[in-house]
Amino acid sequence: MVAAGLFSIGLYGVLARRNAIAILMSIELMLNAVNINLVAFWRYQAPLALNGQVFAVFVFVVAAAEAAVGLALIITIYRRRQSVIAEDVDLLKW
Amino acid sequence: MDITVESVVFLIFGVLTLGSALLMVTARNLFHGALYLMASLFGVAGLFVLLAAPFLAGVQVVVYIGAIAILIIFAIMLTPQVTAMRGIRTTQWPLAVAVAVIFFALLVSVATPLMGELGVDDFAADFTQENPPDVPADSLVRLGETLVDPQGFMLPFEVASVLLMAALIGAALLVWPEGKAPTPPAEAGDD
Amino acid sequence: MDINWFHADYLPWLILLFPLVSFLVIVLFTSKNTVLSQVVGLVGIGVSWVLSMLLFVKTVWASDPALGERVYGSALDWMSLGTTTFRLGVLVDPLTAYMLLMVPLACLLIFIYSVGYMRGDAHNARFFAYISLFAGAMLTLVLADNLLLLFVGWEVMGFCSYSLIGFWAHKKTAMEAGVKAFMTTRVADMLMMVGIGYLFLEARTLNFRDILYNEEMLHHLASTDAVLFGGSVAGLVGVLLVIGTIGKSAQFPLHTWLPDAMEGPTPVSAMIHAATMVSAGVYMVVRMFPLLSAGADFHHYDYSTAMVFMGLIGAITALGAAVLALGQNDIKRILAYSTISQLGYMIAALGIGAWVAAAFHLINHAFFKALLFMASGSVIHAMEHGEHHAAENGHGHGEHEEPDGLVMDYVAPPNDIQRMGGLLHRIPLTAITMAIGGLSLAGFPLITAGFWSKDEIIAEAWHGMSHDPFPLFVLLALVIAAFLTAFYTARMWLLTFWGQPRTPAAEYASVGSLRKQWVVWWNKRGWNKDVKLMQEPATPRDRLSFAQMETPLVILAFLAIFAGFIGTPVYHALHDFLAPTLLEEPLKIDFNVVPMLVSIALALGGLALGWWVYAIRPLRVGEIDPTEKALGPGVWQVLQNRLYIDMLYRRYLLRPVEWFAVNVVIQAIDKETIDGVLETIAEAFTWLGEAFKRFNTVVIDGVGDGIPRAIGDFGAWFRQVQSGRIQNYLLYVTLALLALGTLFLVQVR
Repeated sequence: MVAAGLFSIGLYGVLARRNAIAILMSIELMLNAVNINLVAFWRYQAPLALNGQVFAVFVFVVAAAEAAVGLALIITIYRRRQSVIAEDVDLLKW
Repeated sequence: MDITVESVVFLIFGVLTLGSALLMVTARNLFHGALYLMASLFGVAGLFVLLAAPFLAGVQVVVYIGAIAILIIFAIMLTPQVTAMRGIRTTQWPLAVAVAVIFFALLVSVATPLMGELGVDDFAADFTQENPPDVPADSLVRLGETLVDPQGFMLPFEVASVLLMAALIGAALLVWPEGKAPTPPAEAGDD
Repeated sequence: MDINWFHADYLPWLILLFPLVSFLVIVLFTSKNTVLSQVVGLVGIGVSWVLSMLLFVKTVWASDPALGERVYGSALDWMSLGTTTFRLGVLVDPLTAYMLLMVPLACLLIFIYSVGYMRGDAHNARFFAYISLFAGAMLTLVLADNLLLLFVGWEVMGFCSYSLIGFWAHKKTAMEAGVKAFMTTRVADMLMMVGIGYLFLEARTLNFRDILYNEEMLHHLASTDAVLFGGSVAGLVGVLLVIGTIGKSAQFPLHTWLPDAMEGPTPVSAMIHAATMVSAGVYMVVRMFPLLSAGADFHHYDYSTAMVFMGLIGAITALGAAVLALGQNDIKRILAYSTISQLGYMIAALGIGAWVAAAFHLINHAFFKALLFMASGSVIHAMEHGEHHAAENGHGHGEHEEPDGLVMDYVAPPNDIQRMGGLLHRIPLTAITMAIGGLSLAGFPLITAGFWSKDEIIAEAWHGMSHDPFPLFVLLALVIAAFLTAFYTARMWLLTFWGQPRTPAAEYASVGSLRKQWVVWWNKRGWNKDVKLMQEPATPRDRLSFAQMETPLVILAFLAIFAGFIGTPVYHALHDFLAPTLLEEPLKIDFNVVPMLVSIALALGGLALGWWVYAIRPLRVGEIDPTEKALGPGVWQVLQNRLYIDMLYRRYLLRPVEWFAVNVVIQAIDKETIDGVLETIAEAFTWLGEAFKRFNTVVIDGVGDGIPRAIGDFGAWFRQVQSGRIQNYLLYVTLALLALGTLFLVQVR
């Protein structure tokens, strides 16, 4: 439940925050929520197998990579536009 | 439900996590948000401990809080801007709230009937014990072994390292100043 | 078919065919070439003449004297009518042979004359085509063996008459005259057609031999009652047929077209009004005489209805026309009225039963009337020449104003005898031949043909006069007419040729005469030393055309004298020849010297009066015609206006019909009703078209344009989903997820 709640909150943050970095942070929240879920399920379902923990480890890895790249992106965008407001990046607009 | 020590601790950490999260997504000041993030992550670590995964807790603290959150703070520093100009929330935030709530409801409604099977009401997990009875004592060793075992998770492990390197190069490329062709750093080994 | 075309049974087909073929050849092939057309025309009629002479010789000398009983002829099956077959064919009996003596010869001479007369006319080819057709039609009529074929020839001639009278189509007077001729005869032809139809109904055939030579048939027709008016079938049919003749031969009251028919070229006048068309009318009643006289025994002074009708009309016409001829100044019109008068003679003769006399007079009249007309054409040509030269030399005016449309008392200057005079010395051959013709017309005793035939008619009338008032009436009328005939003939000739020229045109009218040397010699001889002739050299062409015109005159003059000798009381070959044509022996009276003396007296008397009035002291320039003086200006005016009969017709007959045609038929029926209906229909369809168009624009185009527009608007609205903002996209994704998730949950539950 906690995981669910955390995930939901993270979701809200992704959808509702203007600042790109805030969005990124919200994404981290969501990933953490996932991790909690994974570990909880491991703990109570299959503590003998290690798959849960391994999976959580990999989630960590991915999260780290993704954070790095995302921040790099944001910085690049900031360099171009002097703004990190996600709403303004509407190049994909019709 | 018994009010045991575990449950209280759980409650504390749970509230910490969720509360910090909430605060984070509503923080006006981005820096405050980052700090709240760190608090939330810390709460998650605690939860990990409760869940008899001390290693992960340690990794969480080191990687997430120590590296990623710091990185975020760096980014915040590097991109000063006046967010308060237009408010922190996007135009679609009511809908986002609704969506989040519904999502939460959904997840809960799925999970709740299964809670009995999960044995979650057995908060009698005694974490004063070092090794809870149903968790193997050498789980950490086993974790390490699995990660490099060809029949285990060695492949994903290697791929993960490649992924990290790709991220590294990518990020470097992205922020490379224009005009200069980036020289790719020396190939890292499979380590 | 192995037919010996020279056998008398088949020869007639060739005779009537050749001119018709000429017509077709000219129309189809040679209409651009004048000389060729003339040649074709002449060849056509020439061959016909040769063949008919052959036939005549055969019938007169080489064959059965009882030709009347065994005629030549052949027929074709033309139309099958149920049980019977209608046959068309040719017939040669004595009457036909006698007609063949005259008709082709007269036509041939007129053709030759036309070559000269029409020289220089632009439409020569058309002229020859028409006269060929005309000759062919006349021969068809003469040679026909049944009434229907005769009628066909009759009608074709009517058409040719119209075309030829109106030949100079640019002259409005000519066109009007043509229409007048055709319309007037049409009225008569309508009734004649009714007669023919009714006859066919009763007799079941129209063949001459079957009806006229057939005692039972005649008896049957005479005794059956007619469907209208009482009387017998024969009587009614007879009257209707006579009406046809009244139209065709210009008897009162349908005579009005003939004087105006003079608008056509002179050869036309000669042919139509002497030799052929008007003769056709008389020929028809001569032929149908047995029918007309059926049921009556005129030998004993019992006359049938048709005969009385004919006699009255003929007598009235003969007298009336003679009176009118007196008051004319146009040379051709005098001759026209003279023709009407002489035809009246013939019809009156038939009315009292003098069948042979009527046929005799018909042929003689054809010869001398053709002669007179052609001579008058020569005179007119000379006068036109004279006018032309007079204008050149500064005397008088060249062109003259012509009225627009027919005017009753207008006389064209070249034709006006008041303007002539002294032409004897200038165109002597014409003068002499015309004199011969005139004497024949007047009935100059013993040496002219006209005398013999006219005398016979008068004799027959005389014979009957003591027994019945009808012949008496006829006799009186004819006697007075004879006197007047002689007088007006003298007047005409003397005013034209005698005395001194009254106008410069007459003075100059000597150019190009045939034998100039002869003329000059004759004049110098001492006769008329004080005659001054305008000597102008004639071109060879002029000479030729005059020769062409004058030769026929000579030939006809000869005939005008000698054609009469076959019918004298002493040598009555004609009577014997013709008699077998009829079933019943025609009237043959004993010779009575009294009528002969009477006719001699009339002829000489009339001529003498004319001489006394006009020759002793010839008319000079500016003087009023003595006749005019004698009758007084009122009467003279009436005569000039032709007794106002034409005017009556015009006012009370023509105007109303014209009004009706224009206002009712054209305006009301044609324009308003029919066009109105058409216009309404067109409007309805146009409105319908407009409605469709509107429907098309509004509905179909609306839909057609609306749908794309709607789609476009929707697209424009919907594309805003693509905001370019990730958060929006994420929102949508999440929403979709939620939806799907709910769905699954519901299903799973």
